[in-house]
Amino acid sequence: MTLSEEQFAEDLTGGPERRPPSRSRVVARRFLAAPRGRAGLTLLGLLFLLAFAGPLVSPWSYTDRDFTAFLQPPSAAHWLGTLQTGADVFAVTLRGMQKSLVVGLLAALVSTALAALVGAFAGYFLGWTDRTLTWLTDLLLVLPAFLVLAVMSPLFGSGAWVLFVVMLALFLWMVTSKIVRGMTVSLKRREFVQAARFMGVPPVTIIFRHVLPNLSSLLIVDATLNVSAAILTETSLSYFGFGIQPPDVSFGTLIAGGARTAVYAPWTFWFVAGLLVVTVLAVNLVGDALRDAFDPSATRTR
Amino acid sequence: MTPEPATPPLPTAPVLQVRDLDVRFGDVHAVRGVGYEVRRGEVLGIVGESGSGKSVSSAAVMGLLPRGARVTGSVRLHGRELIGARDRELDALRGRTMSMVFQDPMSALTPVYRVGDQIAEAVRVHQRVTKEQALVRAVALLDLVGIPHPAQRALAFPHEFSGGMRQRVVIAMAIANDPDVIICDEPTTALDVTVQAQILEVLKTAQRETGAAIVMITHDLGVVAGFADRVMVMYAGRPVEVGGVDDVYYRPRMPYTVGLLGAVPRIDRDGRRPLTPIEGSPPAPAALPPGCSFAPRCALRAPACDEAEPPLFDVGPGHRAACLRWEETGPPSAAAPGVAGVPATRVRPEEPVLRVEGLVKHYPLLKGTLFRRRIGTVQAVAGVSFDLRRGETLGLVGESGCGKTTTLMEILELAAPQQGRIVVLGRDTAGLGAAGRKAVRRDMQVVFQDPLASLDPRMTVHDIIAEPLRTHGAGHPARRVRELLDLVGLAPAHAERHPQDFSGGQRQRIGIARALALEPRLLVLDEPVSALDVSVRAGVINLLAELKSRLGLSYLFVAHDLAVVRHIADRVAVMYLGRIAEIGAVDAVYDAPAHPYTRALLSAIPLPDPARERTRARILLEGDLPSPAHPPSGCRFRTRCPKFRSELTDDERARCVGDEPVVRPLAGPAGGRGANHGGDDHGGDDHGGDDHGGHDHGVACHHARRLDVL
Repeated sequence: MTLSEEQFAEDLTGGPERRPPSRSRVVARRFLAAPRGRAGLTLLGLLFLLAFAGPLVSPWSYTDRDFTAFLQPPSAAHWLGTLQTGADVFAVTLRGMQKSLVVGLLAALVSTALAALVGAFAGYFLGWTDRTLTWLTDLLLVLPAFLVLAVMSPLFGSGAWVLFVVMLALFLWMVTSKIVRGMTVSLKRREFVQAARFMGVPPVTIIFRHVLPNLSSLLIVDATLNVSAAILTETSLSYFGFGIQPPDVSFGTLIAGGARTAVYAPWTFWFVAGLLVVTVLAVNLVGDALRDAFDPSATRTR
Repeated sequence: MTPEPATPPLPTAPVLQVRDLDVRFGDVHAVRGVGYEVRRGEVLGIVGESGSGKSVSSAAVMGLLPRGARVTGSVRLHGRELIGARDRELDALRGRTMSMVFQDPMSALTPVYRVGDQIAEAVRVHQRVTKEQALVRAVALLDLVGIPHPAQRALAFPHEFSGGMRQRVVIAMAIANDPDVIICDEPTTALDVTVQAQILEVLKTAQRETGAAIVMITHDLGVVAGFADRVMVMYAGRPVEVGGVDDVYYRPRMPYTVGLLGAVPRIDRDGRRPLTPIEGSPPAPAALPPGCSFAPRCALRAPACDEAEPPLFDVGPGHRAACLRWEETGPPSAAAPGVAGVPATRVRPEEPVLRVEGLVKHYPLLKGTLFRRRIGTVQAVAGVSFDLRRGETLGLVGESGCGKTTTLMEILELAAPQQGRIVVLGRDTAGLGAAGRKAVRRDMQVVFQDPLASLDPRMTVHDIIAEPLRTHGAGHPARRVRELLDLVGLAPAHAERHPQDFSGGQRQRIGIARALALEPRLLVLDEPVSALDVSVRAGVINLLAELKSRLGLSYLFVAHDLAVVRHIADRVAVMYLGRIAEIGAVDAVYDAPAHPYTRALLSAIPLPDPARERTRARILLEGDLPSPAHPPSGCRFRTRCPKFRSELTDDERARCVGDEPVVRPLAGPAGGRGANHGGDDHGGDDHGGDDHGGHDHGVACHHARRLDVL
């Protein structure tokens, strides 16, 4: 944001507050002030770093096979051991994490955004907008998501992971959207929305400025849950061989493979499972902190 | 009634005696050292603002506090200690020797039982009578509290009663066992003024019949003035002044009481002088100041005030006040006319800002789920006409259900009305496009009733005030926001906080700042002060008056509180059941109301003046507001009109029944005080013609005659 001249002049004269404390700034400040927010963000950052920078320091790539070491425990050559195929656990786990992190986070964001938009527009405008959007929601709700995803899985083969994200998101948003719609209908009757309307604020702006922020608690919780849901759906799809196809790997394929050997070769399973838990934990921490940052009535650090 | 097993109380012995009552919820010290006693037939008024501990202390007396509360001190009923008594002992007393009337009559009655059965149950819990006897008693009680056709109504369910009728039922339950003490917790706060007058009358009857002592808890100084014998004023959990009602009202010795009395707008005084608000807001019960809890807001504060909490000093016979400087404290002086006291221009300004002509708003009553069919029409607004000119304040008053809020919303929507015309700032709403509507919105802003609900809880104060500026294209509103905060008396540092960090009065100031951001010409105020406490309300009223004179605004002020309207408005329109009953200059209408409804409304409002309250004659309206789905034929007020009932001849009545009166100007000044306000202006139209003949006073009554009721 650029400073206007008069603001700038006031800044020089030492006004008590230099910049207007707008919502985004307050939220950012409160988010960063919360220990949970910082911890979650750091953790998430570290996970991304690990997933994308880790392969650079690893001597093995995820496609490599070490035919001298099948199902070996962690050692100096293979930091986290090897799989039955001779693949390096460290390398494949990181490769799987790259996919799962991106797919999980994106799918969650897309589905929550979709739920918020469809729900808020249906609830705010009512009338035919509402009828159309509700019909669409109901239609997707009755389609068996797993089956559709399974049928479409050949398309997700190589490089089409964006399509996979969209498909995952498309089957996660409906229930939330119905809740959002209901809450929007009641929010619309609240006086501050009326006040904005009588002020001349356009409807779409009202939705983005008043309706959605007041639903932020719900949306953030929903997004947080969706991250784990998306990772797990992807995991279960991959487990059945539908999602990410070999030679590419994901958390799902790794867990599926590792589960078979977990008892006598725990390193094939526990590292990937542990990373999954840590990922979900980090996302939840960020979500909690974000929710509190948006909610001014939550206890705060002054 | 059943006598106590021990000695029956002597007439002079107190029935209920409370000493050093303390209530703590965790760290919060809600009630601190409350003590009072009431004798048979005596009425004690407990007055205080929200958070003063008045309701908590009475709940403690009844033993109705949740488990988390720690109660110490002594409550003696007929000499019997209640604090620490077991629930079974209390059950034997509650409802029999001591009963309670709550604020909300809907939640005080069980919705799934007939009211007759509920009262009979109250009787049978404490008396050995058969079911039939109890029901007979219930019907007799309903009759006593003035419910028409009590035998039939006893079979009705609570939701079939109006608010006032429900409160009568609750009172009937409270007196079912001839109690010795009745505790009333804001019994009339949720009711309209004319109904409030009825309920107070019922309480008086109930007291006469049972001879009980009444503890009346209220925030309304007027209600207590005419009803109570003694008054206790509470502040921050403590009694700060106790005494006979005349002593407290005419010779207050505690600056807080003085402040409260000075802060109340009075219906019987013309409002050209500013109220004296009490600075600041009450302390949070968790963070009380070390000394006198009122010291931070007190004009007479001395260093000694901050050292220790002052005890209650004896300042006169039976009159005690908790102030170190009580000798210097006196009744509110007649304040000199200050800045806000603009001399009222009697000549109406020319330029119209808002004109409403024959506005109609009907809501369909639909039934059925699959095939919705129309089974009736609610005539929320049925032909309302008025105009508002530049720099004027028009007060739109009436009881709930009279259509004032609907009228307001119709104006704010800026859409074409179902019938009639709305012209805002010279532009007919029927012909407005999107751009035109937005342009009008810039010049017409609104302030809502509930300041918390009307401010987005997720936005900072800066964003809230900047929103209209951004909407209408001001790029960098930071400086303007600061100016506005300053204008309404808030600090610039408040900008980064959220609405819930503020007190009610401050929130309303934020709402006003937002409304003023674009320098509108017309401000629509929907009950802007009714959610605020008395001491804070005065500050907001003064602010509105000051802003109006400084910025040349026009106000459309919707309120149910006629005293506030008298204080702030130039003209007033009284609405009844979707129509205007009377409209005109404030002084003309208040001093000499010509419509029987206005008269009843004005006479129903209690004055904070004990001597006058006792001598005033009240015009009590019978019954409740008719349903707007089935308004009476002819004059809508005739079903409750005292004039129609007792004064008119049959010929005159026939006119009321068959012919709906329209607002007509009163013919010339009828003499008497307050009648001569004739500004000489023309230009009213014939329908809402309120300024024909140069006299700004119109009435919708066939038999209008001016009469002073105050």
